[in-house]
Amino acid sequence: MTDLAPSRRTAARRASDQVSQDPARSGRASLATSDRLQDEAPLGVDARRVRWTVDGRLVLDDVDATAPPGAVSGLLGPNGAGKSTLLRLVAGVQRPDGGRVHLVGGPVPEPGQGLGQEQGEPHVRTEDLLAMPRRRRARLLALVEQDAATDLPLTVLDAVLLGRTPHRGLLAGDSDDDRAVAAAALERAGAADLAGRLVGTLSGGERQRVHLARALAQEPRVLLLDEPTNHLDVAAQLATMSLVRSLAAQGVTVLAALHDLTLAAQACDHVVVLAPGTDGGRVVAAGPVEEVLVPEVLDPVYGVRTTVLRHPSTGRPVLTFEPA
Amino acid sequence: MRTPAWAALGAVVLVASVVLAVTIGPAALGPGDVWRSVTTHLGVGDLLGVTPPDRLPDAMVWQLRLPRVLTAAAVGAGLAVCGVVMQSLTRNPLADPYLLGLSSGASLGAACVLVLGATVLLPVAAFVGATAALVATLALAAASGRGGLAPARTVLAGLAVGQLAAAATSFVIFWSAKGDQYREILSWLMGSVAGATWTSVAIAGGAVLVLGTALACTGSLLDAFTFGDTAASALGVPVQRVRWTLLVGVALLTGALVSQSGSVGFVGLILPHAVRLLVGARHRALLPLSALAGASFLVWADTLARTVFEPRELPVGIVTAAIGAPVFAALLWKGRARA
Repeated sequence: MTDLAPSRRTAARRASDQVSQDPARSGRASLATSDRLQDEAPLGVDARRVRWTVDGRLVLDDVDATAPPGAVSGLLGPNGAGKSTLLRLVAGVQRPDGGRVHLVGGPVPEPGQGLGQEQGEPHVRTEDLLAMPRRRRARLLALVEQDAATDLPLTVLDAVLLGRTPHRGLLAGDSDDDRAVAAAALERAGAADLAGRLVGTLSGGERQRVHLARALAQEPRVLLLDEPTNHLDVAAQLATMSLVRSLAAQGVTVLAALHDLTLAAQACDHVVVLAPGTDGGRVVAAGPVEEVLVPEVLDPVYGVRTTVLRHPSTGRPVLTFEPA
Repeated sequence: MRTPAWAALGAVVLVASVVLAVTIGPAALGPGDVWRSVTTHLGVGDLLGVTPPDRLPDAMVWQLRLPRVLTAAAVGAGLAVCGVVMQSLTRNPLADPYLLGLSSGASLGAACVLVLGATVLLPVAAFVGATAALVATLALAAASGRGGLAPARTVLAGLAVGQLAAAATSFVIFWSAKGDQYREILSWLMGSVAGATWTSVAIAGGAVLVLGTALACTGSLLDAFTFGDTAASALGVPVQRVRWTLLVGVALLTGALVSQSGSVGFVGLILPHAVRLLVGARHRALLPLSALAGASFLVWADTLARTVFEPRELPVGIVTAAIGAPVFAALLWKGRARA
């Protein structure tokens, strides 16, 4: 139905090229004051040494995770590794007990390389997401949860208009501008024909498109998706990931928790693998798909034996598993 | 039909309901009597060239029926708004002040002061009871699971707290009520606006005007809760602050209303549902329209309560339960079919 491979990495490349060529962008400017986040260059996410505990139990233990600007990054790992938790921490829904989460206007340094200031190589502009006012954060990052549902008789258009919340006064209603943005978001998500339907009557794939449209109505620079293909049939999974790729190609950085490793291998530019541990989820590997989705990484994490095949037409990795 | 049209219709229906309800009763009165009495008491009778009313119809309109009808309208409007807010914040379409133990808590407070003979403290006691019950319900619901308030847990917690408060109320009555206190407490428990005076209008109406209006303005905030706490937070809404502020507002308003009417059930539950079917789930329309609909509904429920078995009167809570319980059952049935 759709080829997920073309245009991969181009957006990320383009972004990094722009940054390195533009002298005005070098130097560590404060994004809050210069408001450079409003320009069109994609923004990345850089989470460092993030810790999160619940009732004294570590859920995330010093997790480093990055989402390069304009790329699709997959957050992988078995159940309980803390994928959803990490997304909620990046979205600012919960505050980590330690570590920091930055929005990065340029190439994201790999973990261990530091954020620039330690190295004296200030090529990236960053802004602390944890210190940002929540409404401003909601204008930069949108989160699509897993299985977000409502019992209310809400139309699709009204659901998408909720995405305008951070852009207007706390008590204000929909403006014409809000309606225009919502209509454009529905169009972008391929859900324009659903506008008048009730959310409760949609199929899984349709509902996912609507949630993506709601997130797009926030006009975010970063899209955080929690298992966007969960409970979808194969066609809807492919359609969803193809939509996600086209959004990334338009400059929206995507960080998606994913369960299906082959789907991640097809759709992601960059992957981060989390493993659950007795004292919290840790990152075991991060980087390009080809380097990370290999038996040496996956076998211990999932407790299986992995075989990596090549897709005959796209050349992308296809993963199969046997019991260890 | 758009929201302003519905609002205009709702307002017209409410005014007509109030006027008609005042004319209905054992003594025949006409809309003209209501008009003469109201304009005269408001001091504009001469200005409008209205002949002053006769003493008897005037006393019936101004002293007996109008305060009662207006109290019913205020209580209905306030309970409907409380219902919408509670349903939104707990993401539970079945939430209402009655179901989440607020009314039972208020009743316990009221029963205590009635038994002690400290009737002046009744509004305060009802309010304290409502707040305590709400806090207990939400604390129980939040403690019994993680990740915000799950709908089913909240209802079960409300049920537990409500039952406990009801048992405590029964104990208070059983242990210490004597003579007339029984009837007084019972009528209070079943909900009634029979004894309403202009003071009741001032308390219930004032609470609705101040707290109800404030709550009715929070539509956009409540909308953000449509897909849950996490979604609201990701939309930039300070979830905990909003939730607790609004819930305290609901507890204050419920306490004020229940202190005047006793615990009237189902208004906050079924009216918002009916209005949602007409105007959809967005709260900016839902809140004010539910208030108007709730006001008209309780005016007519109270009119039924005092006329169906004339000359005997029913507590209005029995009428709202008789209408509300089947509707509630139908909602459950519908929910089952969808799930």
